[in-house]
Amino acid sequence: MAKSNKPIIWFPFAAGGTVIAFFIPVIVLLTFLAALGYVPTGLSYDSMRAFAGSGLGKLLIFGVIALSLWSSAHRLRCTCYDFGLRADKLVANVLYLAAGAGSIATAVFLLRI
Amino acid sequence: MKERLVQLEVLRYNPDTDTDAYFQHYEVVCQEEWVVLDALNKIKETIDPTLNYRWSCHMAVCGSCGMMINGDPKLSCHTFLRDYEGVIRVEPLTHFPVERDLVTAPDDFIEKLTRVKPYLIPKKPKPISEGEYRQTPAQLKRYHQFTLCINCMLCYAACPEYGLTPKFIGPAAISLAHRYNQDSRDGGRDERQEIIASKEGVWECTFVGACSEVCPAHVDPASALQQVKIASSIDWFKEHLLPGGGK
Repeated sequence: MAKSNKPIIWFPFAAGGTVIAFFIPVIVLLTFLAALGYVPTGLSYDSMRAFAGSGLGKLLIFGVIALSLWSSAHRLRCTCYDFGLRADKLVANVLYLAAGAGSIATAVFLLRI
Repeated sequence: MKERLVQLEVLRYNPDTDTDAYFQHYEVVCQEEWVVLDALNKIKETIDPTLNYRWSCHMAVCGSCGMMINGDPKLSCHTFLRDYEGVIRVEPLTHFPVERDLVTAPDDFIEKLTRVKPYLIPKKPKPISEGEYRQTPAQLKRYHQFTLCINCMLCYAACPEYGLTPKFIGPAAISLAHRYNQDSRDGGRDERQEIIASKEGVWECTFVGACSEVCPAHVDPASALQQVKIASSIDWFKEHLLPGGGK
């Protein structure tokens, strides 16, 4: 029996799951606070823009967004399968393409900063 | 001792005479602290000797009395009547072919268990004169939890993936493969990986986690499978990205 190539899909999924668990709740909270007008100086527009303008900042933002998108796409694919939607290839293609498109868009936006 | 009238609805099926399975209703006086298996035993002894089911130890060790109780996979010797109200529905373990009444055929599980080589494969032959293998408590801890599996197959009945894809090697067999892979005395991981790192192996698991919820021995098969996924992923990247396959 041949070993599966599934790790290509699963490893970024697992990494994305970890990112979602650790980073996304903090980002949601900070965004919520910012929406209410409580913006700590470190998170002001100017300093965030400077962060996104640096190479490390771009890499981190891209990593968080792309891995989260990939993880969500794969989780949704598994959920569809578990609910009995057997068109797995179609579901996988649509979801992974959406995650890929979102990641490319993120890269384009980041590179323009 | 306090007694109570217990009502059970038991799935009956005799392949020699029945075309379809049907539910049979029983009412039996039981003691308050009895388990479902006690009720079945009393039915068999006093009401209906034709009722078939498997059991042996009556103490959650042998793993033979697994059945669906009100839709959940449980050991009937470990399921107390006092936790249920009204009619208790008892059915054979789901996802396995029914042989007769509550007796299912475990052949598929046994075949998969055999395939993953759940026994020590020494790194090199070691004669008895060289003495025993030694292990530190830390080395024991790496696999001890997974040795507690009693092969009761409740995790297979709980796993929706096994229900959807019967080729899936499944929670218990993969956990037991992992148990030996984690053992410092063992050298058989490459042989087992050929089976458990295949498409029908660990990658069919979508981490529903039902296996760990129903496990009566608290093995946590879901954890074992996630550990196998991580280890198999690292193998894959080594084999495909490092020169010489990372050997």
